[in-house]
Amino acid sequence: MTTQPDTAPVSKTPEQPAAKLSASAFAATDVLASEFGSVDTVERALETPDDLQPHAELGLKDDEYERIKQILGRRPTASELAMYSIMWSEHCSYKSSKVHLRQFGEKAPKNTRMLAGIGENAGVVQISDELAVTFKVESHNHPSYVEPYQGAATGVGGIVRDILAMGARPIAVMDPLRFGAADHPDTARVLPGVVAGIGGYGNCLGLPNIGGEIVFDPCYQGNPLVNALSIGVLPVERLQHKEAAGEGNIVVLLGARTGRDGIGGVSVLASATFDEGAEQRRPSVQVGDPFMEKLLIESCLEMYDAGLVAGIQDLGGAGLTCALTETAAAAGTGMRVWLERVPLREASMSPTEILASESQERMLLIVTPEKLDQVLAVAEKWGVWATAIGEVTASDAAGHPGRLLISWNDHVVVDVPPGSLADDGPVYARPIREPADLILLQADRAETLPRPTTPEELRETVLRMIASPNLCDKSWVTEQYDRYVLGNTVLAQPEDSGVLRIDEKTGLGVALSVDGNGRYARLDPYEGAKLALAESYRNVAISGAEPIAVSDCLNFGSPEDPAVMWQFAEAVRGIADGCQQLNIPVTGGNVSFYNQTGAAAIHPTPVIGVLGVLENVATRVPMGFPPPPTAEGDLLFLLGNTDCELSGSEWAWVTHNHLGGKPPKVDLAHEERLGRLMRQAAEREHVVAAHDLSDGGLSQVLVESCLRRNVGARVTLPEHEAATTPFVWLFSESAGRAVVAVPRGHDKAFTALAAEHGVPCTPIGVTTEEPVLEIHNQFSLGLDELREAFSSTMRNLFGSPAEVAAK
Amino acid sequence: MRIGVVTFPGSLDDGDAARAVRIAGGEAVRLWHGDADIHGVDAVVLPGGFSYGDALRCGAIARFAPVMETIIDAARGGLPVLGICNGFQILCEAHLLPGALTRNQHLHFRNRDQHLRIGATNTAWTNTFTEGEEILIPVKNGEGCFVADTHTLDELEAEGRVVARYTRGNPNGSQRDIAAITNAAGNVVGIMPHPEHAVEALTGPSLDGLGFFTSALRHLAGVAGGQLTGGATR
Repeated sequence: MTTQPDTAPVSKTPEQPAAKLSASAFAATDVLASEFGSVDTVERALETPDDLQPHAELGLKDDEYERIKQILGRRPTASELAMYSIMWSEHCSYKSSKVHLRQFGEKAPKNTRMLAGIGENAGVVQISDELAVTFKVESHNHPSYVEPYQGAATGVGGIVRDILAMGARPIAVMDPLRFGAADHPDTARVLPGVVAGIGGYGNCLGLPNIGGEIVFDPCYQGNPLVNALSIGVLPVERLQHKEAAGEGNIVVLLGARTGRDGIGGVSVLASATFDEGAEQRRPSVQVGDPFMEKLLIESCLEMYDAGLVAGIQDLGGAGLTCALTETAAAAGTGMRVWLERVPLREASMSPTEILASESQERMLLIVTPEKLDQVLAVAEKWGVWATAIGEVTASDAAGHPGRLLISWNDHVVVDVPPGSLADDGPVYARPIREPADLILLQADRAETLPRPTTPEELRETVLRMIASPNLCDKSWVTEQYDRYVLGNTVLAQPEDSGVLRIDEKTGLGVALSVDGNGRYARLDPYEGAKLALAESYRNVAISGAEPIAVSDCLNFGSPEDPAVMWQFAEAVRGIADGCQQLNIPVTGGNVSFYNQTGAAAIHPTPVIGVLGVLENVATRVPMGFPPPPTAEGDLLFLLGNTDCELSGSEWAWVTHNHLGGKPPKVDLAHEERLGRLMRQAAEREHVVAAHDLSDGGLSQVLVESCLRRNVGARVTLPEHEAATTPFVWLFSESAGRAVVAVPRGHDKAFTALAAEHGVPCTPIGVTTEEPVLEIHNQFSLGLDELREAFSSTMRNLFGSPAEVAAK
Repeated sequence: MRIGVVTFPGSLDDGDAARAVRIAGGEAVRLWHGDADIHGVDAVVLPGGFSYGDALRCGAIARFAPVMETIIDAARGGLPVLGICNGFQILCEAHLLPGALTRNQHLHFRNRDQHLRIGATNTAWTNTFTEGEEILIPVKNGEGCFVADTHTLDELEAEGRVVARYTRGNPNGSQRDIAAITNAAGNVVGIMPHPEHAVEALTGPSLDGLGFFTSALRHLAGVAGGQLTGGATR
């Protein structure tokens, strides 16, 4: 692993002879090239305009193929065809989602913090005069089903490079995960691999994992959702851009060598018809090397700080194809690339394969010629490959964007306008239609289901609920992640949000939460998306932070199904409207379609990440009740209103395997008030613990907050109204609620503050030294019994690496 | 007092070790794996991480880094050296400490807050603790299972060189619950859990990790003042 010797600035003659290359590794490429004898060049494309091309196998529609011919004025070469198929794929072009995603911009509230938004590698928001943070959530669903470990690992790697490309040091990751039924044999294959992959990659990169979700539902059988969020921090002036500006600037490929892994990852390039018969072994899942990524991070940061980088783009899905076209298109320049200079893992790779490879741990840099030597020196210091593979060329005389000209051993294999790939992809307004079953589904309300009534039934329900796969203790998973590295983790899972210290001197920090609820979104995608936003917002606010930005990962079935497209349109509208009401912008995100097996799509699953800022992280509020300072205990309050809202709830699912009705109401104005109350209460130290109510309702929150630090609670449920029985108090999933622990002496001030903000505040009990959760007049449960029920489920499902007897 | 913290390619907790040195009141000096010069530091911390991507075996390549040649020589001459996690693995590979760290018995990476019982307080890195004291610091590793032959284990115990043992549960299957050991002179200590992550109330489960770093400063003060403490007296 050394810097390539043959990386002197490239000559400006397009026909630079390949003989100048000294690396013997490329000799084999030449041999193979002459063996095939017939790499498809622009010249050949002109000579053989009628050659049949496998555009349909590559996922391009007939009219899309015709458009390519129109753009080029000839048939595309094999490499060009591959590039169009990749860049015009759903994954890269957002062709089905674009018309809907526009709302995020159109409805975006005015915002002075945002330094970079949608369309960049990741959104960047300023959090102080000097500092900004960048964060984004992305999916890696399909690869993780095929190959759980590598799929999940490279999902982390990919999102981290997005963060790095903005000029930021990545500082944490989070991972919202969804699997099929917990007891399904395939879940036992997928989940442990995914978790080990996330841990294996993130731990080795030295990034703390500070939160996420683990959800089980049969709808994700065969379509697990592996989303990954990363956050990074940068000095404002270090913000990087992807534009390949400046004629004569050098294009440098930095990082791992290029191999055959991941070809066709984002499109259907892996189809056998396209590989010129050379190789059949083309795993379409990339293979990650976190050690290389760690070196890549350190070398990029060193280059940023030394001011060596004029433009940068990560290579992820779509590899070189995407990076070359996007950097050139963004600047309106042209680019000249010598493909044979790309360091290869396998010398026999064809130009098409080199362009399509999704090999991990690579970045594309644009560097001014005089800084090239310094760039190569930094790369050498960190033991990373760095190779000048091309140069930026001018726009044409009339000021039109330049062309992307790619040669391979003297053959011109690509000559295209980069914008046609990056920006001018097809856009579809796909048909949308409300799912036919929705009316019946919404009419089948969970509020009519038989409920437990006696104290004994309620007690048994609490135990069964906390042991259910979605509500149980997830430390089996989270113990496989490093949450301490970098030394700035203030809160991590199972807390409501992950809290990171950003500035050791001032205590400035951020809070992050990711949430989604596929069941709610299935029942009503518009309200369901808003509920996900509301929950994530609430989680951040309840930790004491001010929510400032949103990133979303939209996981849906096939966009070609009008019912799925309707769900998508509704969910996007919900997020855009919600963000407008909450006055926080969507700064970026990702769409994952085709999460479906046969006709059965997953529940629409918008996953929303909310970022918040804490002026001083010392004011953050954790979820666990602290040991009571006196025998009398701290006072417990329930904030918000509780209605009988059971449809889509965890209780309906666990007890009756039921999904129907309409999801809980969402009131974003109330969420804002609750958030403001919690921020002020945190600053004034009125609250020592706070926990958001969501899946599983009050029962779940009391159990979690008690078990966190082994502190008991004595709770008196408020007087019965007709509809609000003890069962409803305990298991309703009404939104906009939280439980807080208030030290004695602060209660008057706190309740006054709540009244001032118009947030309903109901006293429900006290914390106790005795390790018992007592629901007055109903039942008592010892914390040991609760803990056993809460923490044994994952062990029983996925094996028990618990304690190892000492020898 | 100047305490060096080495950065290898793949070191991850190097910044955290440097922070812990500073919080303890020392001056942290960053050392680079490729530079044999240790810039006259008074002690060295080998931090956690995945040096060289754990290629071959954890610590097996780091042991040959230019900076290690110098550190190995200096350690034999009494330089206090603390190896944390990957640093412990490197010290074993360098034969400054006996035994080896192998894959956790349950095969999973594990991160949790771990109780330890301090066994030896006469080392350069644990002289501010009391014998038998129970402390709480994070453990996080995939290959932290300490193994050695029976003779070595007996010898470590007989000579009082087991610096800390896991208590209230063994997180990785280490033989005889061993979490940390020292060399015969007491200047070199390897520990699997991470004391540098328990030095601030805001970010750690306790402040118990601080004692390792204040011990080194106290030890060095003793050396400087002629009153030998800790391992140096042996």
